[in-house]
Amino acid sequence: MAVISKAAPHPGPRTRTGGSRALARREAMWGYLFISPFIVGLLAFTLIPTVATFVMSFTNFNLSGAATQFVGGSNYQRLFRDPQVWSSLLVTVRFAAIALPVGLILPLGLAILLNSDSLRAKGLFRTLFYFPYIVPFVAAIFVWGALLNSETGWINQFLRWVGVANPPNWLNSTVWIYPALVILGLWGIGNAMLIFLASLQGVPTELYDAAKIDGAGWWGQMFNVTLPMISPVIFYNLTLSLIGLFQYFTVPLVLNQGTGAPGGATMFYNLYLYKTFFTYQNMAYGATMAWLLFVIILAVTLALFQTAKYWVYYAAESR
Amino acid sequence: MMTATTSSMQAVATERRRSRSIRWSVIVRSAVVTLVTAFLAFLFLLPFFNMVFTSLKTTAQMMQPGAPVWPAIPGVFEYEGKELELYLVPLEDGSVRELAIVRKGRQQSTFIDPDHPEAGEIEWSGSWRALQRPWQLHPAWGNYREAWEKIDFPILFRNTLAIALIGLTGTVISSTLVAYGFARFRFPGRGFLFTLLLSTIFLPAAVTIVPTYAFFVAIGWVGTWLPLTVPHFFSNAYNVFLLRQYMLTIPREIDEAAQMDGANPFRILISILLPQCAPVVLAVALFHLVFAWNDYFGPLLYLSTRFDLQPIAVALPRFNNLYGSNPPLIQAASLMAMALPVLLFFLAQRVFMQGVVITGVEK
Repeated sequence: MAVISKAAPHPGPRTRTGGSRALARREAMWGYLFISPFIVGLLAFTLIPTVATFVMSFTNFNLSGAATQFVGGSNYQRLFRDPQVWSSLLVTVRFAAIALPVGLILPLGLAILLNSDSLRAKGLFRTLFYFPYIVPFVAAIFVWGALLNSETGWINQFLRWVGVANPPNWLNSTVWIYPALVILGLWGIGNAMLIFLASLQGVPTELYDAAKIDGAGWWGQMFNVTLPMISPVIFYNLTLSLIGLFQYFTVPLVLNQGTGAPGGATMFYNLYLYKTFFTYQNMAYGATMAWLLFVIILAVTLALFQTAKYWVYYAAESR
Repeated sequence: MMTATTSSMQAVATERRRSRSIRWSVIVRSAVVTLVTAFLAFLFLLPFFNMVFTSLKTTAQMMQPGAPVWPAIPGVFEYEGKELELYLVPLEDGSVRELAIVRKGRQQSTFIDPDHPEAGEIEWSGSWRALQRPWQLHPAWGNYREAWEKIDFPILFRNTLAIALIGLTGTVISSTLVAYGFARFRFPGRGFLFTLLLSTIFLPAAVTIVPTYAFFVAIGWVGTWLPLTVPHFFSNAYNVFLLRQYMLTIPREIDEAAQMDGANPFRILISILLPQCAPVVLAVALFHLVFAWNDYFGPLLYLSTRFDLQPIAVALPRFNNLYGSNPPLIQAASLMAMALPVLLFFLAQRVFMQGVVITGVEK
């Protein structure tokens, strides 16, 4: 705690009398007291474990009870030679390449539709599109999985009905499994949609009036007013989706019991990480894998923040 | 004079016609947009219909090709205490009628007309095996009882609810305290610490999970609810943010007046701030409940060997592995797994969605 109070000097632009300085100290004491659960939690569940992950990656630590020794960079040597690491990273990137645009464009498109002046019963539709988000994803997997069944599922029955002779074997094809996983996650778009919708409603109407006077049509208003105005929210959703997608694995874990079926196509990086530390109880190698993932996510996030100045418009900056 | 009036009348008429056509185009536009949205909503919610229909089907219907999408059984007709099977029988006059079979024969069978059984038996030449059977609506409600018993739903529900409520208590208390600290007190490093709090949202969980798991193994908490509940007593960034934003909108004058009267900060929080924060506290509580109902990975890590303590999210895939060949049971169990959070959402949807918007847009 002492470190924290040293980190920032006492704010005191005004000259204080002795009494008010004592009051300020009392106020600060209460403040630290109230936020202490956060400080303790931050240390116990975030900072110390993060450092521990890093330290562990240089040891041979496991849960068997054998003495832990420092092994230098040998975990990292193994990591870079492990073909499973690179194939699972590729699987993760391949899936993210489909899921990321869908996970942004679909909720945004839906929000634009729900924000339309021409739409009646807006509140009802907003609720209908949002509430599947509440459904536990495990239940959603079984509900959508039934729809994706290649023989009896409604999706393939519909495709056959419209004349597709050989509709995809969604869950058992190494190619179609990725769109299938995106479909399994469709009920999760409600949150992003709601946030987009609220940000659309926050765009000042004067801006649209001005754009109309300048002769902007629907698309002109969309690209010159709407999208720039909501770009901070797009950026926020993009960043969180990207971080989430790099760690994606619970859906394939439930779907195929973590076997990576079909043919290793669902052996995501985080699934391999989970199997390493949990199934095989190899803590040190798990920590090494976790650290690599952290570095990748950090690099991608920082790169994303670098691009922000070119396309994210912060109206609040002028305040 | 005359012409001027006529032309102005014409102008008014055109104007009227134009405004009428504008009104019509507005109505048509709104009808089209609303219909398109309704269609999309229908597609989006289609899996629900599939789930409900499937959960009410018999396994026999699941295996029957050409069976209807709604829960049904092959039609029967009760006649003189016996159940007679119904068939779609093509008659000589070219019509097809639903008849109940009385005697099955290889080349010839005997039917009666269920609408007019008193009219007597009808002899029909042909193989009855080639005939189609009509389907009768027949929801198999028993599936729910069977799934309820086989998955041991009361125990799962108890476990899920207990884990959710303990964590909920923890996050509501701790997040309120932390939010109060950030909203009402000035202390060195406040801005930095608040930024640190918000940045934990972006920290990938993977980077802390290995040592955290090893730690819980070391202190013997694996196989108990503690790893799933205790961490929630140390606040959560989303909840703190939501509560703090709300507290900032509450005028300080009342707490300052109470302070003058000698009330200590705890008292001010409990008797002045908290009653006004009720909707946000409710939102935080609901978020946690939905989170706990959805959480799969945590219970999987810490309760994988304790079936008796598992919540429903972990038990459902196990149930699916056992009864995968029985889709009606899986769908009935899935519906049970989602029932409570969905119900609570509909009861408090306004509070819930406002909370999502504040945490999502304002940051």
